[in-house]
Amino acid sequence: MGTDTPGIPIAGGIEAGIDRTRPHTTQGTYLELIHSWVVTVDHKKLGILYICYALVFLLVAGFEALLIRVQLFYPHNDFVGPASFNRLFTMHGTTMVFLVGMPILFGFGNYLVPLMIGARDMAFPRLNAFSFWISAFAGLLLYYSFIGGVGLAGTGSAPDVAWFAYAPLTERAFSPGHTVDYWAVAILASGIGSIGTAINFLATFFCMRCKGMTLMRIPLLPWLYATVSFLVLVTISPLTAAQAMLLIDRYLGGHFFDTQAGGSAILWAHFFWIFGHPEVYVLVLPAFAFANEIIPVFSRKAIFGYAAMVAASVGIGFISLSVWAHHMFTIGMTSFGNAFFTLSTMLVSIPTGIKTFNWLATIWGGKIRFETPMLFSIAFLFQWVIAGLTGIMLSISAWNWQLHNSYFVVAHFHYVLVGAIVFMIFAAIYYWYPKMTGRMLDERLGRWHFWLMVIGFHLTFDTMHIPGLLGMPRQIFTYEPDRSWTLLNQIVSIGGFLQAIAVLILVYNMVHSYFRGEEAGPDPWDAWTLEWSIPSPPPPYNFATDPVVASRRPLWDLKHPEDTDSAFE
Amino acid sequence: MAGLIVAESAIFTIFVTAYLYYLGRDVTGPTPREVLEIPIFGTVCLLSSSGFIVLAERAIEHGKMAAFTLWWAVTMLLGAIFLADTANEWYKLIVHDHLTISTNLFGTCFYSLVGLHASHVIVGLIMMLVVLLFALGRKVHPGHAERVKVLAMYWHFVDAVWVVVFTVVYIIGR
Amino acid sequence: MTSSCAAWGATSNTSIFAPLSTPAREVNQLAIFVLAICALIFTGVSVLLIYALVRYRARPGETSEPPQVFGSVQIELAWTIIPILIIVTLFLGTARVLFSVQDARKPEKALDVIVVGHQYWWEFRYPQYNVTTANELHVPVSNPAFSRPTFMKLTSADVIHSFWVPRLAGKTDLLPNRVNEMWIDPQETGLYVGQCAQFCGMEHAKMLLRVYVDSPDEFRQWIANQQKMQRDGAVAMPASLTVPNQGNGGPGTPPPNSPMTRMEPAAQPAGAPQQSTAHDGQLVFEQQACINCHTVAGTIANGRYGPDLTHLMSRDTLAAGAMPNTPENLKKWIDDPNNFKPGSLMPAMHLTERQNAQITAYLMTLK
Repeated sequence: MGTDTPGIPIAGGIEAGIDRTRPHTTQGTYLELIHSWVVTVDHKKLGILYICYALVFLLVAGFEALLIRVQLFYPHNDFVGPASFNRLFTMHGTTMVFLVGMPILFGFGNYLVPLMIGARDMAFPRLNAFSFWISAFAGLLLYYSFIGGVGLAGTGSAPDVAWFAYAPLTERAFSPGHTVDYWAVAILASGIGSIGTAINFLATFFCMRCKGMTLMRIPLLPWLYATVSFLVLVTISPLTAAQAMLLIDRYLGGHFFDTQAGGSAILWAHFFWIFGHPEVYVLVLPAFAFANEIIPVFSRKAIFGYAAMVAASVGIGFISLSVWAHHMFTIGMTSFGNAFFTLSTMLVSIPTGIKTFNWLATIWGGKIRFETPMLFSIAFLFQWVIAGLTGIMLSISAWNWQLHNSYFVVAHFHYVLVGAIVFMIFAAIYYWYPKMTGRMLDERLGRWHFWLMVIGFHLTFDTMHIPGLLGMPRQIFTYEPDRSWTLLNQIVSIGGFLQAIAVLILVYNMVHSYFRGEEAGPDPWDAWTLEWSIPSPPPPYNFATDPVVASRRPLWDLKHPEDTDSAFE
Repeated sequence: MAGLIVAESAIFTIFVTAYLYYLGRDVTGPTPREVLEIPIFGTVCLLSSSGFIVLAERAIEHGKMAAFTLWWAVTMLLGAIFLADTANEWYKLIVHDHLTISTNLFGTCFYSLVGLHASHVIVGLIMMLVVLLFALGRKVHPGHAERVKVLAMYWHFVDAVWVVVFTVVYIIGR
Repeated sequence: MTSSCAAWGATSNTSIFAPLSTPAREVNQLAIFVLAICALIFTGVSVLLIYALVRYRARPGETSEPPQVFGSVQIELAWTIIPILIIVTLFLGTARVLFSVQDARKPEKALDVIVVGHQYWWEFRYPQYNVTTANELHVPVSNPAFSRPTFMKLTSADVIHSFWVPRLAGKTDLLPNRVNEMWIDPQETGLYVGQCAQFCGMEHAKMLLRVYVDSPDEFRQWIANQQKMQRDGAVAMPASLTVPNQGNGGPGTPPPNSPMTRMEPAAQPAGAPQQSTAHDGQLVFEQQACINCHTVAGTIANGRYGPDLTHLMSRDTLAAGAMPNTPENLKKWIDDPNNFKPGSLMPAMHLTERQNAQITAYLMTLK
């Protein structure tokens, strides 16, 4: 295949990839190397920083989860006391959402969005660096709380109010000390970072596309990131405002959520879930985005129903703004309110259903290659269907009165967050690691990782539904021996440890392959989007000359001049 | 900037919602009706400043730098008057009416909402001051029109928010 | 003691699929209906997916690309419309249960209970009987032979809690500054357990909930016993302090345990030696800070911050179900509540061994 096929000039060309520079062979001392990473405004370096930062916190929060699971292994266990346990699950939730989920997805977005739309960087590189560092600062601040106050033994001043931090428990009267302050300020700071990143994505998406890339030729991943960014703008902001109110209450003696002065406990719940539910879509849409890229490549077929996929993603974004109160069916809304939020929540299943069936149709008639990214994507498809169905069950407001705040809910959202999002993050790591480092991840270790993860995941989270149906509420540090939950909890805990081993295999694989991995070349998967047209890892300027595209799959056109997409679009 | 404005609008929406939600739910006084006076003068100043900034934008587009500096300064002056008016109002509320942020729900919501807006005015004034200093130092030229327009967009936003805040606090709220 | 242990052992079932009250039963039927539909959907999608994975796997050695298909409006429309139909079905089913349970009319003869959530215990008031108790709710059975549902008004004294007894009904939150409502009509007598279902602070896990469904006669007896007040006068106190506790009614209502409403005075336990220790115990109880938080109706103890202790011995458990109500546990609890519930808002009073024994003896008389 030629580098400069007439009419489709792909800059740099695939064969130019032979001459590449690797970041870690850069001349200079370690100090200079570190300095270059700290001051970088390159979207690729920042993307990798985001991902590494998130992986570190993934290990930390995973460790917290294991401590939680040890504590729940026996009824009346006193492995950690209630004080520590409450801090552990609060930190686990907060970390996983704000310090793992968002950064890792922003990291991939940072890395991939400019490459996929043929840009040389994000629209505002310095804002990008600022966003990353303020998020990093937020993470460090949050974790400093462990050694604040009385220090590690009593787990310091770590927040202990659950990740949704319902008022008035967070008011001074019920939470003296600084636990809530750490939480609120850290979330506030990371929220500012997220808003900055979202603005950056939107500006990049709308202003930085290469020549020929019309809106309907943008790969699905940037489309979904644009939707996510819009959601971040309109939902993180209410959270930021609510945090500001909480801090006004705590420091200036305000009464927003002070029930003793006539304030309202429900208002916080509304404000939090106006953020909290769309936040799920902020996390899951990038996972969909990865699936949209990976499933077609390994099925060797174009994505089925591109336009419907775009419409469904944007539709999910909008519908998700009107469903927040399904977290509050037991809070005493009117029956009309309950009915409304039941219906609006169910509506989300229509666009998600379209997406699921379109993935199925993409696979249908393809020639499926079962490599590690695809394995994770297939597991994702199954798990996503289950997560969606339990989601419908939870949206049934009458049934939700029983299910709300039980382990069924915990199982459901872990099915979404782990079964869908984390699985797709793993798929994305296997898929794009060669692009980022120039080396392949080890396929054999990848399979070990995959199967252990699948077995562990299903042991843990399939089982976890049952204690919820048997009346086990969430966020309890221990339970009564007579409730028939013991065996179930033990299975859940064992599964948790299997998953931990799986993640450690991934970490080993990433480190090992960085030094010893097989050379990847620019296009190891025989893929079709622009990022595979340039060397791995890409040079700082990405594209030597600005690419020009004529279809959604420029590399397909390049490789199959006899059957180009551009002829059909 | 459009993105930032969307985000900011969401923040203001939340504070406005809280204000409306808590209207009349106070356990103790003073109530808005007892203490609030309609700040007509400040409002007129702020809203008219939006007009002057448009003049400034036109001037820089046409390369009339002196006119630009003048209109820019007038805009800032009006913004500053508005701010002084708000400060004066707060002084009266705190000293004469003993309404502080921790007095009651109304106090909390009022100072938060109006304070949030005032802080945006201050941010706007600081950014405009930087431009003004550059303009006085003859460092601003018509090539900067695009950036000036972005700043002007922010200022229009701050004014538009005041219309909402004014309606909520001084018309519905009383 | 034996009975409390037996009751302790019987608390095993909290399954939402074993409903014994109309709200729980209606939800259960709906749940099974939804589960069936979801199982069908899952089976269908899985079969298609597995078939596609097997049928369209890449065979070794094949290098050509499959035919490229970009979409099909008809097929995509089909899988837009079918889910819409399913959703309409599910929504109608939900709406029926939702309105019938949530907007149920309250019958005249219903029992009223006011539930107040506290960090980490439950307060139950029976306004029709001027009775207040804690942690163990007694309600009458409500079957076709004797229909008497219980309608509860729920609120909170501090943070948000949630009332959940899975076999009787779904949960309803208890919020400060707000009153929520729920109802149950338990069809069979027995003990039903549950617990707080909204994270409410350190000891959220030990905010357990026990609902005793009594036969109509048992319930009448229980109410009668709860209405008795304890005998005062063990201690000589300054006149200003000896005003008997006005009970639990608000201003203007007849005080529940005042002489004009009370029944026969409670019979004191027989054992004479114990009696004197118990009297000493009351002295200690009333001179220490206990009475700032606890009420013993009929005595000067009228605190409201902690559970009402007037009939402590009629309860099977202590500290919101954290442990069986035995003398040893009671003594350990008074000695240091943090033994059982670290984070409990009851302070350790640093009593001497002797004082503790006396107080325990006194509390043991509060039948």
